[in-house]
Amino acid sequence: MTEGCGAISRRDVLKTSAAGAAIAGSLGPGGMAMAQAGANAPPHMPVRMEVNGKPVSLDLDTRTTLLDALREHLKFTGTKKGCDHGQCGACTVIVNGRRINSCLTLAVMHEGDTVTTIEGLGTPDNLHPMQAAFVAHDGYQCGYCTPGQICSAVSVLEEIRAGIPSHVTQDIGKAPAMTTTEMRERMSGNICRCGAYSNIAEAMADVAGVKAEGVKA
Amino acid sequence: MRPFTYERAASARDAAAKAAATPGARFIAGGTNLLDLMKLEIETPTHLIDVNGLGMDKIEPIDGGGLRIGALVRNTDLAADARVRKSYGVLTRALVAGASGQLRNKATTAGNLLQRTRCPYFYDVNMPCNKRKPGSGCAAIGGFSRQLAVIGTSDACIATHPSDMAVAMRVLDASVETIRPDGTTRAIPIADFHLLPGSTPQKETALDKGEMIISVALPKPRGGTHIYRKVRDRASYAFALVSVAAVINRDGTGAVALGGMAHKPWRVEEADALLPKGSKAVAERLLAGATPREDNAFKLTLAQRTIASVIAEAKA
Repeated sequence: MTEGCGAISRRDVLKTSAAGAAIAGSLGPGGMAMAQAGANAPPHMPVRMEVNGKPVSLDLDTRTTLLDALREHLKFTGTKKGCDHGQCGACTVIVNGRRINSCLTLAVMHEGDTVTTIEGLGTPDNLHPMQAAFVAHDGYQCGYCTPGQICSAVSVLEEIRAGIPSHVTQDIGKAPAMTTTEMRERMSGNICRCGAYSNIAEAMADVAGVKAEGVKA
Repeated sequence: MRPFTYERAASARDAAAKAAATPGARFIAGGTNLLDLMKLEIETPTHLIDVNGLGMDKIEPIDGGGLRIGALVRNTDLAADARVRKSYGVLTRALVAGASGQLRNKATTAGNLLQRTRCPYFYDVNMPCNKRKPGSGCAAIGGFSRQLAVIGTSDACIATHPSDMAVAMRVLDASVETIRPDGTTRAIPIADFHLLPGSTPQKETALDKGEMIISVALPKPRGGTHIYRKVRDRASYAFALVSVAAVINRDGTGAVALGGMAHKPWRVEEADALLPKGSKAVAERLLAGATPREDNAFKLTLAQRTIASVIAEAKA
């Protein structure tokens, strides 16, 4: 793209990245402690919430997103970081019964909140019906977007049942119908680069107990 | 992201006073746009005032008709409110045309009004941008401008306001109610709330330092057929190239506002009066003095055709 780029080999880039990672590593907990002792200590805050049915208590750099708190501090690594800007939906979790992008919210903003991640929906031995339907309908290929897709899918069915209108609702004076057209529109915040969309739509239709419709142009 | 201190506001008045007295302070509510920009260090607050605990999340009737929407009412809840669906349908339609389900669950009414442009040159910190860094220049002028503004632009900025909700509120003659650091309140007509870029594109709203939105008031229902038509590159979850918010009466009179065209929701009251004469007359008046670039001149034609389609739908 620029003249300078041509002079750097892929190997150089990898070396630089590795060095960067090493530096980041050495600035782990020790580096943080040193920083805290100095005048420019990154501010920390305590926060308590309930995650997947269990109370948790954390002391976090105020910059920590809910996504990073879940993954890096609580080790609920089911929730994925895709774009980290709310565009892909891989980080979707359910907070106080509503799906949100966990990458675009600070953990400290969730004092007292109830968070459900993919790990809290079901277990390998006791799958949530939506998890079982994704397996049955091949609602994924690589699986990276899947936890977000499933958290979103569970919430979408609840949003339709709750009567929340969408862009494709014909008559906003009435409750929306449980159709795959409604489901597809409401899933637009979850990107799947493998393109498992039609199977995801079938899995959702299965759980909702309706017939999957074809794609509408 | 740069480090910042964080506090939960105790009251709206305290929040406004703190915001005015603390250098580098910003309010945070939904956070969906602010955090996006903080990660890119386009926004670099050193103190965040979390206003989520202040109530302000109710939709209440106003004496004599109308609705008062709390600043913290989430986009999903505003779109789903039965009174809004019945009497202010254009607002529900605009809200559900915007963002994704996850974002609408978090984004607030006030935050939606205050969201910043998605101009790619504003987002690219390697590019000059008068909005991001006043005086640095505008890379969008002469750059890729397909998404950008065609009217009300200046030599300093051709960014658009990205909101759908605000376009509907403009056609509904909403007013933005605020509290100032000294505890006084005021109501700003939405027509005056968002500013044109002029020579200070970094100044986007009429809000003073520390002033905080507490609610948005909708006047009593104006009747008519409510339509929000959004034209975009994807069927869902994309910003508008052009959008039309319209309330059209049985006799063909009404009001129309455009999104995706300018630094603010674009409405010209004299153009409303031409609605019975058809889309060409309306578009000519609405878009008089337009300053399109080669990449976005199509928006003028697209706007006229979208208005035509909306008028036809209202008649049908």
